[in-house]
Amino acid sequence: MSSITRGFQGRRSHSESKRLPPGQHLVGDFPVLSAGATPHTPLDSWTFALEAEDGTKIGTWNWDEFRALGPTEVTADIHCVTRWSKFDTDWRGIAVDRIFAAAGLEDPPSPFVLALCDGGYTTNLPVEDLLDGKALVVWEFDGEPLAPEHGGPARLLVPHLYFWKSAKWIRGLRFMEDNEPGFWEVNGYHSYGDPWREQRYDGD
Amino acid sequence: MATTATATRGGNSGTTVTRVPRASGWQPARVVSIREETHRVKTIRFAVTNWPGHLAGQHADVRLTAEDGYRAERSYSIASPPEISDLELTVDRLDDGEVSPFLTGQLRPDDTIQLRGPIGGHFVWTALERRRPLLLVGGGSGVVPLMCMLRHRKLSHSAVPTALLYSSRTREDVIYHSELMALAESDPAFTLRITLTRDSAPGWSGRVGRIDLPAVQALLDDLGRAVDTFVCGPDAFVEAAAALMVQAGQPADAIRTERFGATGNGSKSTGVAHEDV
Repeated sequence: MSSITRGFQGRRSHSESKRLPPGQHLVGDFPVLSAGATPHTPLDSWTFALEAEDGTKIGTWNWDEFRALGPTEVTADIHCVTRWSKFDTDWRGIAVDRIFAAAGLEDPPSPFVLALCDGGYTTNLPVEDLLDGKALVVWEFDGEPLAPEHGGPARLLVPHLYFWKSAKWIRGLRFMEDNEPGFWEVNGYHSYGDPWREQRYDGD
Repeated sequence: MATTATATRGGNSGTTVTRVPRASGWQPARVVSIREETHRVKTIRFAVTNWPGHLAGQHADVRLTAEDGYRAERSYSIASPPEISDLELTVDRLDDGEVSPFLTGQLRPDDTIQLRGPIGGHFVWTALERRRPLLLVGGGSGVVPLMCMLRHRKLSHSAVPTALLYSSRTREDVIYHSELMALAESDPAFTLRITLTRDSAPGWSGRVGRIDLPAVQALLDDLGRAVDTFVCGPDAFVEAAAALMVQAGQPADAIRTERFGATGNGSKSTGVAHEDV
């Protein structure tokens, strides 16, 4: 049967369409979405930890040590599963490759990680998606310190996946042998979340 | 349609999560009726043949398709309780929006759109497993998923003490006003507090001004210590209201939020926001 909606014209912009994954639309602002109250972690008690599956620390850095690991800047398009996309967002942070290298890891010990965050939020990712500059832990957006509601002091940035994978308020990564689901992945969202294949929900 | 809700332990957070129905694929949804709630808000009732059921607080994705194949998709909170078979979405018209002006202005009974869902498994309340007192805080059309919870609570004969703190610009903007008043009159376990931020209409005996700490504290004191709280509304409203909850002593893990950016660019339809972004 026809899926045409009677009378619907829409507001298309063909110049944007190639950069927009299916089902997304462009926004100019930066919507804030989260599952609970915004945590506020003081910088003097902030640490970032790499953990083995049993919780053993592989590496731990305080705020100053972490930012001294060698920051890089990236510009990326981001895509939220709630259907907005934002082009050319500017970030500053540490590439995950550098964090692994600083911990003395030549090869990641397991194929998956769970991002661990203040407030109890988690998300699962294949390690491969964090390597070769594809992911950073960032503390600046648009030249300014990252606001708490956007995930500050620091958040993960994995722009090639839906933005819930770019976990706010990140405090560490735990290596996992198995791809255990995180917070939204338990709650009906896709385990991987590729916006170009429209992997929004479990089973997509 | 009733859904089966079972409590399980969350994999790594240690919190109780609800087994949610898996989202359906895109399917046709026929408009049964359209009801005007306020001058900019309408409730659209759809008949959906293969709806998997939903939990109170979840949302649905809507897809509109133009004749040349162009599509626009948005998410809307579900207003109808799981107990009834049709599906209702309450839609706030954003003047610079792409989808909400069509849904509230051009859609007619017997039209068909595409719909999938239900979506979201965190901002949900089920009478079956949630026995703690309930504090619902809504700003503007953020009241929609909270109304779904209230309707579900009523139809499931839950006696859980419940309060709704609802912030609206003006009296004319209050959605579900008569239904909420009737519920407050008939249910001694339900407390309704509406506050108007823009004006106090003649004869308005309710609160005026923004939600503040004394208002939140008073409701929490009345409800008792262990309270489940759900906050839904625009970004800034939710940020402020959730911070008040924390100030009032609510543990952060008892506060569930859902936000939408009521900002320019037609960026957002009302009522969705399940992602941590």
